[in-house]
Amino acid sequence: MNKDPHDNTIAAHLKRSGVNRRDFLSFCGKLAVAAPFGLAITNGLTPEAIAAEIGAIRRPSVIWLHFQECTGCTETLLRTSEPDLADLLFNVISLDYHETVMAASGHDAHAALEDAMKANDGKFICVVEGAIPTKNDGKYLFIGGKKGTDILQEVTSRAAAVVSMGSCASWGGVASAGSNPTGAVGAIELIKGKPVVNLPGCPPNPYTFLAVALQVAKTGKPPALDALNRPKFAYDRLIHDHCPRRPHFDAGRFAKSFGDEGHSQGWCLYRLGCKGPVTHAACSTRSFNEIPDCWPIGIGHPCFGCTEKGVGFTLALHDTVNIDRPMPPDAYPAIFPEHKGISPLATGVAGAVAGALLVGGVIGSRKAGDSENTETKE
Amino acid sequence: MSRSFKALLALAALGVALILWRLYAGLGVTTAMSDGYPWGIWIAFDVVTGTALACGGYAVAILVYILNRGNYHPLIRPAILTSALGYSIAGLSVVLDIGRWWNVWKVPVMIRNWNVNSVLLEVALCIMAYTVVLWIELTPAILEKWPDSAISRRALPILDKSLVWIAALGIVLPTMRQSSLGSLMLLSGPKLHPLWNTPLLPLFFLATCLAMGYAIVVFESRSHGRVGGSVLRTLQQIATWSVFIFVVARFIDLGLRGEITRILTLDLYGVMFWAETALFLAPLFLKDLRGAILLLLAGALYRFDTFLVAFDPGPGWSYFPSVPEIFITIGLIAFELAAYVLIVKTFPILGGTAHQEN
Amino acid sequence: MKTDRRSLLKGIAAATAAVSAAPITALARPRKTAGADAVGMLYDATKCIGCKTCVVACKEEAGLPADTRSNRLYDAPDGLNEYTKNVIQLYKGDNEYSYVKKQCMHCIDPACVGACMLGALKKGDYGVVSYEADTCIGCRYCEVACPFNVPKFEWSKSTPKIVKCELCKERLAKGLEPACTTVCPAKAIIFGKRDQLLKEAHDRIDRNPNLYFPKVYGEEELGGTQVLYLSHVPFEKLGFRFDDKRAVPDVQQTIQHGVYQGFAAPIALYAVLGAVIFRNRKKSPDEE
Repeated sequence: MNKDPHDNTIAAHLKRSGVNRRDFLSFCGKLAVAAPFGLAITNGLTPEAIAAEIGAIRRPSVIWLHFQECTGCTETLLRTSEPDLADLLFNVISLDYHETVMAASGHDAHAALEDAMKANDGKFICVVEGAIPTKNDGKYLFIGGKKGTDILQEVTSRAAAVVSMGSCASWGGVASAGSNPTGAVGAIELIKGKPVVNLPGCPPNPYTFLAVALQVAKTGKPPALDALNRPKFAYDRLIHDHCPRRPHFDAGRFAKSFGDEGHSQGWCLYRLGCKGPVTHAACSTRSFNEIPDCWPIGIGHPCFGCTEKGVGFTLALHDTVNIDRPMPPDAYPAIFPEHKGISPLATGVAGAVAGALLVGGVIGSRKAGDSENTETKE
Repeated sequence: MSRSFKALLALAALGVALILWRLYAGLGVTTAMSDGYPWGIWIAFDVVTGTALACGGYAVAILVYILNRGNYHPLIRPAILTSALGYSIAGLSVVLDIGRWWNVWKVPVMIRNWNVNSVLLEVALCIMAYTVVLWIELTPAILEKWPDSAISRRALPILDKSLVWIAALGIVLPTMRQSSLGSLMLLSGPKLHPLWNTPLLPLFFLATCLAMGYAIVVFESRSHGRVGGSVLRTLQQIATWSVFIFVVARFIDLGLRGEITRILTLDLYGVMFWAETALFLAPLFLKDLRGAILLLLAGALYRFDTFLVAFDPGPGWSYFPSVPEIFITIGLIAFELAAYVLIVKTFPILGGTAHQEN
Repeated sequence: MKTDRRSLLKGIAAATAAVSAAPITALARPRKTAGADAVGMLYDATKCIGCKTCVVACKEEAGLPADTRSNRLYDAPDGLNEYTKNVIQLYKGDNEYSYVKKQCMHCIDPACVGACMLGALKKGDYGVVSYEADTCIGCRYCEVACPFNVPKFEWSKSTPKIVKCELCKERLAKGLEPACTTVCPAKAIIFGKRDQLLKEAHDRIDRNPNLYFPKVYGEEELGGTQVLYLSHVPFEKLGFRFDDKRAVPDVQQTIQHGVYQGFAAPIALYAVLGAVIFRNRKKSPDEE
């Protein structure tokens, strides 16, 4: 891992690593797509502008902790189709500790963690992957002889910010499913006094993570978060509100069983138990593995609500949900819709006519008044 | 042809062109009527107000035939002509306004299909019948231009004898019709604003129509100057006082229905109510031609309000006539005025009635 | 003879006045009730998911085109119109919402039927309010009269008709249910005999008093309708503006009959007038 203290900007590092500008621009274009709204860095800028912005950022130091996890969230970060991207990732952020990909193990790993924390004390981003068991005093997770809860407290207390990567780290995820025998909870429930950004999903989209990391690195603050500490730019809308199959829902075309006529036609999966109407995520607009439509609904299975506590790993896969919040205003007419109003041209014409009549009437009545006085025949 | 006559013809020609367009393209393109306001100025003004303005014939007929006030006789023919033209134009407006105008012959003919509860049926039949009656009443005047022709010699005596019954029809029919026009809007029920929605609406329409009839006669006669000022003053007095009674009745009715407080709210409805009231009471203070004109305006406004302003189809709807709609109305009125002038110049209309003097 | 005429005139005046002012209640026409075979629909807004399958099914059954005027892509009518006999609208308030299905209410005493001159709109089999364009002259009085603003006019055509839901009367004749009730996935709109639907509606309110607004709209409103509504928000919010109990034509015809008693009064008036004019003609016009 490169820890050159003299020029830690991303641009310099990329140059040293031999990453060519085109690949970097391509990456910036993707970042613009992945996090277009509300993200200060990418909002409305061209890839070139983003490249300049990012190039000037000092590579943020990231310490990545693993707890009760399947490593899927790490895999999503690495699972890309462009071979250079993995390198870019590690060149754009300075991944100083990551149990899955780092070379060290055992005592060396321990030392690496200590060194990483000391070198960037108070400035690194701590990424938490996996839930933390709390039952029976946290006995269910020991890493290198230390309790998971203790590791969490120790590392996050020295971090600038905490990013909970994945549903498990955000609210417990699959680890907390069923009766939650280990008392698995999300990191936010155990951390006090540090900004926490939750990125639920099983797994979440890797670009979401990158955008958050870069924003924190540049501004020192996380992006706008909702009530559950999720970045609004990725989690402010329901799958149902941005689903490519929404027109089928609106038109009443539903697949009733897997493989039937409707299913083959790509119709709405609501009646097969799609949790899209109650799940906040952006999977419909940012698919996985950089392949369009590479997400559950895209391949014909209803969304199961992996990001949403109380939905994912909780509600039965094929049970229909109630739709509580009808969102798109333009899909339903209002009770009293506005109909087109009054033509200004007609009003003008009518005014002119009325004016003419009035004037004519006044003149006429004056003339009639004169003739009335004399009572003569016309 | 004077310049103003040519102008009238031009406007009428424009109207005809627009009418052809309306027949070809349908109502949606040419008018501003909509499902919220299915009736526009063609009904509210051309038909309802137009026929009220054409009540001159009706009002004077009552005076002449019933009350036998002989000194009004010279007024009867121009009044009948105005009425005949007015009702004909109103009938034409109806045919233009209805969407399936090719079916209109079915109204008087398909008696088995008559919905006797429909006020509009009664209005339609009465308009048709009354227009025919008016033109029959006018026929002697037309035939008198050729007193020695074969038709005249045979028809005039017959017409003379049957005039009694025709004239009586000419009083009953508009009585029914004007009050039916009032009942029309009662079927919009709760969509009609309480300031206008009263069971007395038919009677109010009838009363205002009579007053407007006298006022229009006064208005027309003053421009001809053939009738004595005292006659006209008396007519105007009748109109003014009958309208005063109507205004009082209206207030009492509002009180009895518990809606009197609405006149204190100065929203669109309150303002229109007071405008009507002010115009209706104006002739009390303006006893000359201006008073007659204001009376006509009052009656017209009252009808306009009943059919358009007081009608509330719910939020989201608005109506203002489109430019073609306005110009078709203007064209029809121009045609009516031009026809009046032509007929008056050609036939003995303004010479007083011939046989009534005998 | 003067006195005779005067008193005759006074008599006429009095008679007319008496006729016109006859107590209206004495002539109240009997209140109409639903026929024994009256069918209808029950719409439960709490069950509706706004999927609009009913809108699609109605269009297909009636052969109506899509209304793409607002967005050029989807059938997106903003209410009932010449292309749409059945529509789902959305009410969104603070913290509350409801869908509502709008179509002809098939009133027991319809204002449109009372309005229609030649009976193009009439109450037919099973109490369905049907429309035949044959005797329609396109006067749109039915639109003026309907308190629910249901009948719509084909403004865009030069040979226009009135467009409104007729409860799929052809399907009913074949023993089928209307298209909308057949396809609803949530059973929010159901078909049946009106008295049974009314009972079902009240049962639902009794079983779930917290879920429903405690009224079945259409039970008595405007004389009663054959399409009934259940909702969890007050009905005005769903666009039902009126809850007068009397049917509109009931009010209007009572007044009308009070004024005319059929054609009897005008005929009597006519006869009297004829007599008066006849007598007047015999006199010199100068006699006063």
